Amino acid sequence: MTPGDATPFLRVSGLSKRYGAFTALDGIDLEIARGEFVCFLGPSGCGKTTLLRLIAGLDRQDAGRIAIGSTDVSRAPPAARDFGIVFQSYALFPNLTVAANVAYGLVNRRMPRARVAARVADLLALVGLPEQGTKYPVQLSGGQQQRVALARALATSPSLLLLDEPLSALDAKVRTRLRDEIRQLQKRLGITTIMVTHDQEEALAMADRVVVMNRGTIEQVGTPAEIYRNPATAFVADFIGAMTFLDARVGSARQIRVGAVDLVCEEGRGFIPGSPVRLGFRPEEIRVGNVRPTDVNAFQVRVRSLEFLGAFTRARLEPSLDLGGSLVADVSANLHGDLALTEGQYLYVSLPPAALRAFPVAAHP
Amino acid sequence: MAESILGEPTLARALPEAAPTKYRSVPETAIGVALVAGLCLLLLLVIALPLGALLIKSLEAPDGGMAGLSNFRTYFATPTLVDALLNSLTVAGSVVGIVVPLAFGYAYALTRTAMPFKGLFLALALLPLFAPSLLSGIALTYILGNQGFLRGLLFGRSVYGPIGITLAECLYAFPHALIILVTALGLSDGRLYEAAAAMGTRRWRTFLTVTLPGARYGLVSAAFVVFTLVVTDFGIPKVIGGQYAVLATDAYRQVVGQQNFPMGAVVGLLMLVPAVLAFVVDRLIQRRQSSLLSARSVPYEPKAHPVRDPLALAYAVLVAGVIAGTYGVAVWASFIRYWPYNLGLTLDHYDFAAADADGWSPYWNSLAMALSVAAIGTAVVFCGAYLIEKLRLFPAGRAFAQLLAMLPLAVPGLVLGLGYVFFFNAPWNPLNVLYGSLALLVINTLAHYYTVAHVTATTALKQIDPEFEAVSASLKVPFWQTFRRVSLPICLPTVLELFVYLFVNAMTTVSAVIFLYGPSTKLAAIAIVHMDEAGTTAAAAAMASVIMATALGARLALALVNRFVVARAQGWRRREAIA
Repeated sequence: MTPGDATPFLRVSGLSKRYGAFTALDGIDLEIARGEFVCFLGPSGCGKTTLLRLIAGLDRQDAGRIAIGSTDVSRAPPAARDFGIVFQSYALFPNLTVAANVAYGLVNRRMPRARVAARVADLLALVGLPEQGTKYPVQLSGGQQQRVALARALATSPSLLLLDEPLSALDAKVRTRLRDEIRQLQKRLGITTIMVTHDQEEALAMADRVVVMNRGTIEQVGTPAEIYRNPATAFVADFIGAMTFLDARVGSARQIRVGAVDLVCEEGRGFIPGSPVRLGFRPEEIRVGNVRPTDVNAFQVRVRSLEFLGAFTRARLEPSLDLGGSLVADVSANLHGDLALTEGQYLYVSLPPAALRAFPVAAHP
Repeated sequence: MAESILGEPTLARALPEAAPTKYRSVPETAIGVALVAGLCLLLLLVIALPLGALLIKSLEAPDGGMAGLSNFRTYFATPTLVDALLNSLTVAGSVVGIVVPLAFGYAYALTRTAMPFKGLFLALALLPLFAPSLLSGIALTYILGNQGFLRGLLFGRSVYGPIGITLAECLYAFPHALIILVTALGLSDGRLYEAAAAMGTRRWRTFLTVTLPGARYGLVSAAFVVFTLVVTDFGIPKVIGGQYAVLATDAYRQVVGQQNFPMGAVVGLLMLVPAVLAFVVDRLIQRRQSSLLSARSVPYEPKAHPVRDPLALAYAVLVAGVIAGTYGVAVWASFIRYWPYNLGLTLDHYDFAAADADGWSPYWNSLAMALSVAAIGTAVVFCGAYLIEKLRLFPAGRAFAQLLAMLPLAVPGLVLGLGYVFFFNAPWNPLNVLYGSLALLVINTLAHYYTVAHVTATTALKQIDPEFEAVSASLKVPFWQTFRRVSLPICLPTVLELFVYLFVNAMTTVSAVIFLYGPSTKLAAIAIVHMDEAGTTAAAAAMASVIMATALGARLALALVNRFVVARAQGWRRREAIA
């Protein structure tokens, strides 16, 4: 997945930052390859923005090192680090025209005026806002303002692009469209990009690799598919998508006991024989339609409630035998139509062995 | 939109220009640190060190040795000195008791009723801010003095003394209390009133349970501010105090009259007590006030009421009439040939050379001083606030500068003036060449009014996106360019406001500079004191009228500039397209 040479473009090691008694970041190690699009993902207060600001040099770490290429920039001021940045607030200069905003970083480089103008025109065309250079930011929509901010960040051809929740202030429709555009643009330019977001869908859709963070530490680093299919921790499993957790005990190598029910599981995946675990599986992985009582891991449930969510329906299921908790299953709109589910109905569901994962008992999400 | 990116032919041109500029951020950091350090040094010199000198002087024996607290013991053992202290407390307490309720009623009428002409009534009530404090004293001598046309109201008592001081201070302190109370009453959640009305609460009970608690902090703050103003005001007791000694006139007498500097310092420190107390209380209040209003509050909009509104209007007419009438009498009297025997009009009293050897020169001095304070002060205050608020380097230095910038709010002008005497007049201080110069008057006046200007500038800067400096740093643009191209233009209205604020205060101040002027740098406000002392009251009133006209002119000019120039130059604030 990581293209290019062996030395990483950006290397962060042992990075820590405290604000008084609060530990914002605790010993972060991370490598980012040239040309990669990486998302820092986590709930608010997890330290993702702090990490971005430390990389930019806007705040100073208490401990640890940051290297760009082979240069140690741990103590370098922001201007020495060669990055462009886009903020959630756009941070466009309100008293300057769109063109002057984009040209802001070019003007003091002793570039001839005609070349500055040509480059500004190129950049505005690049972000889909040609002919808008004479307007002031207040006259543009939020999405347009964010495009201008992007053009401004790219104007000086930085080797690193930092995006701090760039889409969070926008409407859902604009957000999705701009998300695609940013990703396309990043691929075209091949610019190494770090984006901070709390929106898992955004991270999964855009990133080459996702860095999932929680309480100042990294929980998992991986491709979107990796962190979704093989979450390393219960936190990741719960934060990326949804997951049902049940208390269980591993019996032999391929057998696990949940409440009064024995289930078949696959080897590996955290199942250590004889140990108590938390069993996790995703709502969309529960098989609901066409399940026979004799199927593997099949059992009877009663439909307690149905929640219509458009493309799918979320069903809360009460097992007839004790499983130590209720289950949540997502049923696609099509299947829901075929099954004609109603509240109070009894039916058989099954948990495919490949869907079952075990997490340590201590790690409550 | 996506096509525009994928099919973008200019992309190839857009990328290769990664022209790396030379690395210039080391000087940027160094310059930033040097500027913050310079600001700290400047504030230390003009604020902290003079106050330190005052403190040390109060512990000195008259012969120069250290006396410890014996000066304070002497002070409290001398009945005449203690009398002045008690007099000050009595007057200040009375003024608080009169002004705060009156101003509350006026503020209530302005914010919570639907009476007409609110803008006019606010402007009339703020009139005293544009004149030297002693103008109200002069006006009262015309109205209630020995020749006054209303002296019958005093039933034979003299206006020269506690009565005159109290009345004049009430006029002078009224707008200060009013501003605080209008703000306090303006910050109210309309939902609370709707909730009270929905529960069928009576008006009077709503007032006691919603309005008054909401304005509680404003009332306390106003009381402290008024108390401090009165205790430390020098002009009014000088003009209308007669033989009634108060702290401010005592400090002047000790220093200028008897050359007893240590005792003057002791009096100065005593005046510092209520001011520091007011400062601390205000800080505490502000911390709690913020929780009073949430982002979801909706402002209270008064609806018309057939009884309340006419009552409020009548009250406002009465109060504004007294204020405008009093100041009007002073202005009128300055044109009267010989009060009260010959009421013919004349411009003779504006020929100041007839009353004072300096003629018009004190006015020109004042104008030069006020313009300098406004020009230099606006630049220093705004740049200083920018350094403190926006730079991300040298946090210790910025915190220290912030502390020093807030200090003058707790220091009355008279006390700061005393500190300047002890610091800038000391033989060991190489800066003593400044003593008596216009430059020192400028420095002192700027230091005196630094805090309010600083807070105004900081508030404006806080409203600017804090990420501008981060964006600039990422674009390798040094902070001073962002300051020049973005922060300063955005804050232009605030900068003009600072200029006029400093100008008006520099024109009208008496207390700080009374110790510091030299033979060639007498100011207009001081000339008023001298002319009044010499008995040429009409000339004093004339000079005060000229000052008031100048200050009002400056405020009017600001309104015009804002209306026509700034609005046109700042088209970027408007949403609609500009051709």
